[in-house]
Amino acid sequence: MNGNRAIEISNLGVSYRMTEALRNISLQIKPGRLTGIIGPNGAGKSTLLKAMLGLIRAREGSVLYQNQPLQQQLQLVAYVPQRSRIDWTYPATVWDVVMMGRVRKTGWLRSFSANSRHLVVEALKRVGMDGYTNRPIGQLSGGQQQRVFLARSLVQEANIFCFDEPFAGIDRKTETIIFDIFHQLADTGKIVLVVNHDLGESITNFEDLILLDRQLIAAGKRENVMQEDYLYRAYQGKVVFFAKN
Amino acid sequence: MEPLQYSFMQRSLIMAVIVGIICAVVGSYLMVQRLALLGDAISHSVLPGLAIAFILGANIFVGAFIAGVISTILIKLISNKSNIKEDAAMGIVFSAFFALGIALITVIHKDNKIDLNHFLFGNILGVTWTDLRDTIIIAAIVILVVVLLYKELLFYTFDKLGAQAVGLPVNLLDLGLMMLIGLTIVASLKTVGVVLVLSLLITPAATAYLLVTRLHHMMFLGVGVGVLASISGMYLSYFYNLPSGPAIVLVASVLFLLALLFSPSQGILTHLQQ
Ligand SMILES: Nc1ncnc2c1ncn2[C@@H]1O[C@H](COP(=O)(O)OP(=O)(O)O)[C@@H](O)[C@H]1O
Ligand SMILES: [Mg+2]
Repeated sequence: MNGNRAIEISNLGVSYRMTEALRNISLQIKPGRLTGIIGPNGAGKSTLLKAMLGLIRAREGSVLYQNQPLQQQLQLVAYVPQRSRIDWTYPATVWDVVMMGRVRKTGWLRSFSANSRHLVVEALKRVGMDGYTNRPIGQLSGGQQQRVFLARSLVQEANIFCFDEPFAGIDRKTETIIFDIFHQLADTGKIVLVVNHDLGESITNFEDLILLDRQLIAAGKRENVMQEDYLYRAYQGKVVFFAKN
Repeated sequence: MEPLQYSFMQRSLIMAVIVGIICAVVGSYLMVQRLALLGDAISHSVLPGLAIAFILGANIFVGAFIAGVISTILIKLISNKSNIKEDAAMGIVFSAFFALGIALITVIHKDNKIDLNHFLFGNILGVTWTDLRDTIIIAAIVILVVVLLYKELLFYTFDKLGAQAVGLPVNLLDLGLMMLIGLTIVASLKTVGVVLVLSLLITPAATAYLLVTRLHHMMFLGVGVGVLASISGMYLSYFYNLPSGPAIVLVASVLFLLALLFSPSQGILTHLQQ
């Protein structure tokens, strides 16, 4: 088989009913490199993730992984939506939510295996939530909710990890835990793709960046993307501070 | 125990208990997805199906179910193909269907001896063994589907995007849930009628939601509340000569009120004391 383990996006375009959200996006996402997607509000960051996974239909273009459409290999993908899109008053415990990461692998009409339960226990330890197994999700802080979602993605045993704004409104401790795990995933050769709203010093955690504003402004190594003229184009001068390399 | 010597009372009581069970289970899904209004929309929309089935001499369960499905499809079409939001689409479709149903029943009731009130508020004392058999079949299907698809439906109702992203067939799951809701409403019509079925779907589930924190616990407790309301409602209706649908709904509402006031975690009065 072919050894191309990067995601290849070519000429991807997405329109919602009235608005064109993304135009002519072509880029490569490499395994083993923690990759951030940045850009102003409404730049199409969430849309890019969703279109890559086929959660919304692209108007044109293709997204390939191992030379096959990525949409047909969703069993290899762990996607964590924006925390604000979830109803946290839903009647479920931490255990229930992390177990959802095992639904696909378990298959129809079967109950969760001992191995699945073991993976969930381990993942909760890894994100520092092992004391919260039976806690209702509505009683968690924002950072704890995000770590539960991270644990859910870990038990999926995926090759490709996509996170939409995992750092929005969370505490410092959680940010450290999450970045540590992201680095560990990247170091073991996974593809790790993270939408990041914040341009503060946390941006230095990323090795590669994708800068969007409805179209691709720049993509590649962080140092090459964090150029003043690119950022100016994306943020129309609205960016006040960003970390110098 | 006195009412149980009558076989019509036995039939109605069994019917009410079964309906209490499946309404609480399916209503839990409506409640956690904030789809209470959809339940109301579907229940009102089945009326023309009932009437047409009656005119054609077909099975009214089938007629009602088809009308429910058509209305759901229309609601989705309107909200997907235009900028009209889903709640407005529901309001438009269900009131149109409801009006059509009332018009049809008014027209046909002249040459048949049927009573609009029975459609609107149920007629549990008129339950036949055939009705009971149909209801038991529906209940068995509903419970079997919920048990077999429990983990997928939990994932889907909690996080649709996440479920879609792992490759679950979310459109099929959505369709399946709609079918469950439709079947449950159809099975409940004889007991509480079109207008009050929403109460049996939502109130026991909401009562349980105030007391427990996992979906399957909510279903079990909701079933307890629903069955308790059904049985006590039937007895109240027998001894005080009340219409049975409203009696059941009133008991369920009182149970909800108690949970709202005294729930250990979320009760209004519980918090005042602290
Ligand atoms: N479901 C939708 N329907 C219509 N327009 C949408 C929808 N989702 C997003 N958009 C629009 O598409 C653009 C990109 O949105 P999004 O991808 O959410 O941006 P970001 O995540 O970068 O903030 C925005 O202009 C937004 O208003
Ligand atoms: Mg976004």
